[in-house]
Amino acid sequence: MESSKKPEVGLPLIGEKAPDFEAVTTQGTLKLSDFEGSWLVMFSHPADFTPVCTTEFIAFTKIYGELQKRNTELLGLSVDSVSSHIAWVRNVEEKMGVKIPFPIIADLNKEVSNKFGMIHPAQSKTETVRCVFIIDPESKIRTILYYPLTTGRNMNEILRIVDALQTTDKHKVATPANWNVGDPVVVPPPNSTEGAEERVKEGYDCKDWYLCFKKL
Amino acid sequence: MPCVSPDGKPTKSGMATLSAIKNGASTPEAVSEKTGQPLFKVRSGLRELAKAELVEQKDENYKLTSKAEQLLS
Repeated sequence: MESSKKPEVGLPLIGEKAPDFEAVTTQGTLKLSDFEGSWLVMFSHPADFTPVCTTEFIAFTKIYGELQKRNTELLGLSVDSVSSHIAWVRNVEEKMGVKIPFPIIADLNKEVSNKFGMIHPAQSKTETVRCVFIIDPESKIRTILYYPLTTGRNMNEILRIVDALQTTDKHKVATPANWNVGDPVVVPPPNSTEGAEERVKEGYDCKDWYLCFKKL
Repeated sequence: MPCVSPDGKPTKSGMATLSAIKNGASTPEAVSEKTGQPLFKVRSGLRELAKAELVEQKDENYKLTSKAEQLLS
């Protein structure tokens, strides 16, 4: 009897290295490792020629320049053929006047979507839900967002997360709720009683020893 | 394919990559800087150009094959 290879199904978690892949895209065959050295927002959409996805692709295109300023690339994915992707991006350009500048994976065999846990069978067995993986220049997963089929994503939030992650990496700080660039950041809490005593004397804006803000 | 057409001929971006290598860019990073193409595209394109026997890779460096030299002359 012929042995059938089971698909690799999983969900890589925050902090883990993103599983590498080689996939056919609208811009040639790409490997995840091709993006090493830059940040990557990799996202899935349910299907080409669908209304919410079309609005999202236009919105992703609008923030692409801002992402590039942050050394960040975009990579889309759906369980459609490359011909379907090409037809759809041409249609978006013709009807909506927006040229999609980033590559889109044609994941017909669901190899990539299974590796990244993008198919949620209770929602759809054949379409990917709206996932966003933010991957850092060392291919480590830093953020995972999931949206249902019916809810389009918020691009400002994606930009905000990229800004927050890059700020955290650069300044070794955390970012509070609703943080935006320019707002005070959170100084990591001390991990000893001695550190706690010193913290309040360090000139930060401290509400208490464990909650201190500073301006960058 | 971004750098090589199904008929085996380099595309516009493939030609730009070959020209950049001819003019001294030997790493993906240098090609990206010279052509203005994103690094991920250059890496993928160089794989295709290598498959089409238009470039050769040694460690991190790329050089043109005689086939590519002919094409550019």
